[in-house]
Amino acid sequence: MTTRARVLVRPKAGILDPQGVAVERALPALGFEGVANVHVGRLIELDIDEPSQLPAICEKLLANPLIEDFEIVSEP
Amino acid sequence: MRFGVVRFPGSCDDVDALLACQRVPGASAQLLWHGDADLHGVEAVVIPGGFSYGDYLRVGAIARFSPVMESVIRFAEAGGLVLGICNGFQVLCEAGLLPGALLPNVNRRFICRQVNVEVVRARMPFSADMADGEVLSIPVKHTSGRYYAPAAVLESLEADGQIVLRYAHDANPNGSSNDIAGVTNAAGNVFGLMPHPEHAVEPLSGSVDGLKIFTSMAHAHG
Amino acid sequence: MPTVEQAVALGLTPGEYELIVEKIGRQPNAVELAVFSLMWSEHCAYKHSKKLLRSLPTEGPRLALGPGENAGAVDVGDGWVVAFKVESHNHPSAVEPFQGAATGVGGILRDIFAIGARPIAILDSLRFGEPSSPRSRYLLDHAVGGIGHYGNSVGVPTIGGEVYFEGPYEQNCLVNAMALGLARADSLIRSAATGIGNALVLFGASTGRDGIGGASVLASAELGAGDDDKRPTVQVGDPFAEKKLLECSLELLERGLLVALQDLGAAGLSSSSAEMASKGEVGLDVDVARVPLREAGMEPWEIMVSESQERMLCVVEPSQLDELLAVCEKWEVDASAIGAVTDTRALRVFVGDEIVGEMPVPALVDDCPLYDLTVEPPAAGLYPAPPPVLVADASPQEVLLALIAAPNIASRLPLFEQYDSLVQSRTVRRPEQADAAVLALPETPRGIAVSIDGSGRRVACDPYTGAIEAVLECTANLACAGAEPLGLTNCLNFGNPEKPHIAWQLTEAIRGLGDACRAFDVPVVGGNVSLYNESSDGPIYPTPVVGIVGELPDVARAGRSGFTRAGDAVALAGPFAPSLPGSELAKLRGDELPAGLAQIDVAAVRTAQQAIRDAVRAGELSSAHDVAEGGLLVAVAESCLGGAIGATIEVGAGDELMQTLFGESLGSGFVVSGSQDALRRLGERVSLDILGTVGGESLVLTSSELLIDVTLDELRAAHGALAPLFA
Repeated sequence: MTTRARVLVRPKAGILDPQGVAVERALPALGFEGVANVHVGRLIELDIDEPSQLPAICEKLLANPLIEDFEIVSEP
Repeated sequence: MRFGVVRFPGSCDDVDALLACQRVPGASAQLLWHGDADLHGVEAVVIPGGFSYGDYLRVGAIARFSPVMESVIRFAEAGGLVLGICNGFQVLCEAGLLPGALLPNVNRRFICRQVNVEVVRARMPFSADMADGEVLSIPVKHTSGRYYAPAAVLESLEADGQIVLRYAHDANPNGSSNDIAGVTNAAGNVFGLMPHPEHAVEPLSGSVDGLKIFTSMAHAHG
Repeated sequence: MPTVEQAVALGLTPGEYELIVEKIGRQPNAVELAVFSLMWSEHCAYKHSKKLLRSLPTEGPRLALGPGENAGAVDVGDGWVVAFKVESHNHPSAVEPFQGAATGVGGILRDIFAIGARPIAILDSLRFGEPSSPRSRYLLDHAVGGIGHYGNSVGVPTIGGEVYFEGPYEQNCLVNAMALGLARADSLIRSAATGIGNALVLFGASTGRDGIGGASVLASAELGAGDDDKRPTVQVGDPFAEKKLLECSLELLERGLLVALQDLGAAGLSSSSAEMASKGEVGLDVDVARVPLREAGMEPWEIMVSESQERMLCVVEPSQLDELLAVCEKWEVDASAIGAVTDTRALRVFVGDEIVGEMPVPALVDDCPLYDLTVEPPAAGLYPAPPPVLVADASPQEVLLALIAAPNIASRLPLFEQYDSLVQSRTVRRPEQADAAVLALPETPRGIAVSIDGSGRRVACDPYTGAIEAVLECTANLACAGAEPLGLTNCLNFGNPEKPHIAWQLTEAIRGLGDACRAFDVPVVGGNVSLYNESSDGPIYPTPVVGIVGELPDVARAGRSGFTRAGDAVALAGPFAPSLPGSELAKLRGDELPAGLAQIDVAAVRTAQQAIRDAVRAGELSSAHDVAEGGLLVAVAESCLGGAIGATIEVGAGDELMQTLFGESLGSGFVVSGSQDALRRLGERVSLDILGTVGGESLVLTSSELLIDVTLDELRAAHGALAPLFA
C-alpha cells in the first residue's frame, strides 16, 4: 500500500533566510502590506510504501537538521 | 606525496585541483571516480569544487553517500589528510567530518571575487607553510558559502583553534559567522574552505598564495 | 490530414505549402507538416537572410572549420583549434528570462561539444530597456541569474560579454550567448551521418513537450484548447544533465566510438536528423516509439519537434553500440538506439513498424524558398529620440560623472561577479582587467583573446558604418590585449525583414560587416540570425553582435586596460576623429539619432590597431584601452579606475572641447600609458598625442583652465551605478 507524502523543509528558526527576507522586502513595494515572518523552504512530494521510514529519510537526506526543520504530511 | 582528487559527475574544479596538486614539488595526483570505493593508495584526498550530483536538493547532500565518500570518511577517521574546497567543504560538512554547514550567501547570489583571507592558525597540517596573520589573496566563487554553526560550536571552534582562515577585514563576501573562511576538525586532519586555493597557484592568474595549502599538506605528510 | 490553414498557422505561406505538396507528391500528414514547418522556418532555413549572408567572406588562412557545421573553428597552432559561435535566445528569454538565458547558454555549449571541442569559455551579449523600467530590471536580473546558474554549474567560465540598455529593447530584450571550445584539429567530428546500416542513437535527457507551443495547432482532438498547460513553451535547462552529456560526448569521441555527432537544438529531432542525413547524403529512419519520454501520451509529431534540452544524436557502427551504451551508463546518461542510416535519402518516421512520415531530405533541408528582400531606406528616423537626462549646458565634470554612471558605461562587475570566470584555470585576464578576455592555451606561452561587441544605437544611426564599427570595436579590444584577430562569428538581431526599412538595415549592416571583415582579412566562421524582433512599440535597434577570437604569442604580456604605474605618460593614439551625434552624451542629452555616422578609414584604423597590438606584445605599454562609448575622457577615467590610480591630463582649448572629450568613433582611438620613450616609439607608427601623466588619487583635466578634478572615490561611486540593480 503506497502512501502519498509531502515533506516540508524550512530554515530553522533564527537562521538568516535571505530568500525569505527578499520576499518580505518585495511585498510592500507591490502594495501588499502587513506580511511578516516570511521563510522560503522546499516541498518534496513522494510515494512511499513504508511511511514509518519518513523521519529517518528526512534526517538522513531530505533535511540537514543543523540548519533545517522538516514536517511530514502524509495522505492515506 | 600522492594526492587523490575526487571526481563526481558534477565536479567542476577537479582538473584545476589536480593541476594544483601536481605543482607541489615531488607530488603526484590522480582523479578518484565517485563510484569507485578504492582510494588507490593516495596519501591525501582533495574534494574539489563544483556541484557533485547537481546539488539540487541541498549542496553536498547526496555526494556524501557515494562509494568514494564512504572510503574518504574511513580514511579521515584513520587520520588521513582530507581537503574540501567549496563544494568539497559543503560535502565534508554534510558528511559530518567538519562541524557546521554552508548556507546561501546573504545576497542570495553567486559571487566570484578575489578576496583576502587571513591566516588565523599557521603551523597546522594545512597551514604549515604560512605564518600567523599572513594575508592570502585567493578567489571565492559560490552561491552557498555562508558558514554557520550554532553559537556553542563557534565558541569551541574559536577556543580549540580550529579556525584556520578568516576573511580579512571587510572582505567577508557571504555573511559567514565570525568571518570564517576555513575550518578543521578537532583532530586537524580534515580541512574545508570556501576560497579556491587551486585558482591561486599560477603567477599569470595574479596570485600564487593558494599553493601554500597544497605544499603545507605535503610537508605535514612528511 | 492537416489543412492549408493549419500550415499557415504553423508559419508557412500558402505558396510554401503548395511547394511541400509538390515535393512529396501528396498532402503532408501531421508529422510531415510539423517537420516541414520547422525546417522551413526562418530560424532553420534563414529564408530571408541566406542570400545576404552569402556575401560575407568565409575564407581565411587560419580557418579550420567554416560555416555549415555546428560551430566554426580557427587554427591556433600546435595542432589546436578554437571553435566558437554566438547564438540568440531572444524570444525564450523575453518569455522567461531565467530559463531562456540558461537554455541559451546550454544550447551554445552543445554546439561547441557537438563538433568535439571542450567548451572553455562563455560570453554574453545582452540588451534591455532602460533600467529605470521595472520590467527591464526584472529581465536583467533573471537573465544574468540564468546565465550564471547554467554556466557556473556546468564548469565553463563566463569570461566576458556586454550589456546595453536602450528604450527600443524594452519590449524585446536580446540575449545572445557565445561559447568557445578547444580541440585537437584532428579530433573534430562532423555531423554528417554516414555508413548505411549504422545505428542512430539519441542520448541525454528524456523528451517532453518543451517548446512545442507553436506547433500546437496540430493537436489532435483529445488534447484541445483546455489543455494548453500540457504544452509548455518554456524549455527548462538542467546544467547537471548538460555536464554529464558534455563529459560523456567527449569520452565517446576520445574512444573513437562516434561516426557523427549532432546536438538537438531548435526543432529538436526533426532538424538534427534532417541535417545529419543531408550532410551525409543518406536517409535516416527514426522510430519515435524508442525515444525515452518524460510525459505520457506524446504524439509522434510532438516527439519530432520537442525542444527538450540536453540531448544529442549520434551515429555509431553497430559493432560499437554496446561500448557506446556502456560509456553513457558510466556518466548516467540515458541512451537509446532510435533508428538507422539508410540509402533512401528520406527521413522516415516510424512508430514501431508503422511508418507515420516520409520526407525527402533534400526537400527538408535545401528546398525551402529563399526570398529577396524589398529594400528601402527610411525617409525619416525610425526611432524616437531618447528621453533627456542631462541638461545641455552641463559642465565637463558633470558630464563625465553622468557618463561614468550611465547604464551603458557603468561598471559591469555587478554582473560579472555573478559568473565563474576562473574555472578550468585558463583565465589570464578576467572581466574589466583588459578590453578583451584572455585565456592561456595548453603547453605553450601562447593564448587567445576574445571579445563580443555591437552597439545597436550606432547601427540604428547608420547600419553600414555602425556594423563596421562593431567589427572595429571588437578588433580594437583584441589589439589592446595584444591579440591578432583570426575569425569572427556574428548574431544578427533585427526586426521584421519583410518591412523594407528593416530589410535596408539588414542589407546595409551585412554589407558593412563584409567590408570590415575583408579589410581585416578575418573570415566569418559562422553565425546566427534572429529576425522579427519587434513589438507594438516598433523594431529593436538593428543589432549585429560580433564576436572575434584572436591570438597572442605570449599571454604573460597580455595587455591591461588600467593604468599601472605612477609617472607613466598618457597618450591618445590612433586616427581618432570623434563626433557627438549618435554618442552616449547625445543620448543623455536626448538628441535625435543622426541619419548617418562619419565615414571611417578602415585601412588606417587597421594600421593603428596593428601598431597598438605590436606595442602591447613587445611589453612596451603599461596599459592600452580603446576609446569607446563616452569618448576620450571616459576611457581615461576607466583606465584610472582599472588601475586604482589617478591621472593629470591636458587638452587643447577650443570650441570643439566637448566633442574632443566625449565624442565617439568606435575602434579607432586608444588611451595608452607607458614610458615617454615607449610612447615616442609608438608615435612613429601611429598618430599620437601625449595627454599627461599617470599618478595621484584624482583625475585632473586642464584646458587653459582647470576643468575637472574628481577623486577616484567619486569616480568609483559613479561607476558603481549598476550595483543597486542586484541588491
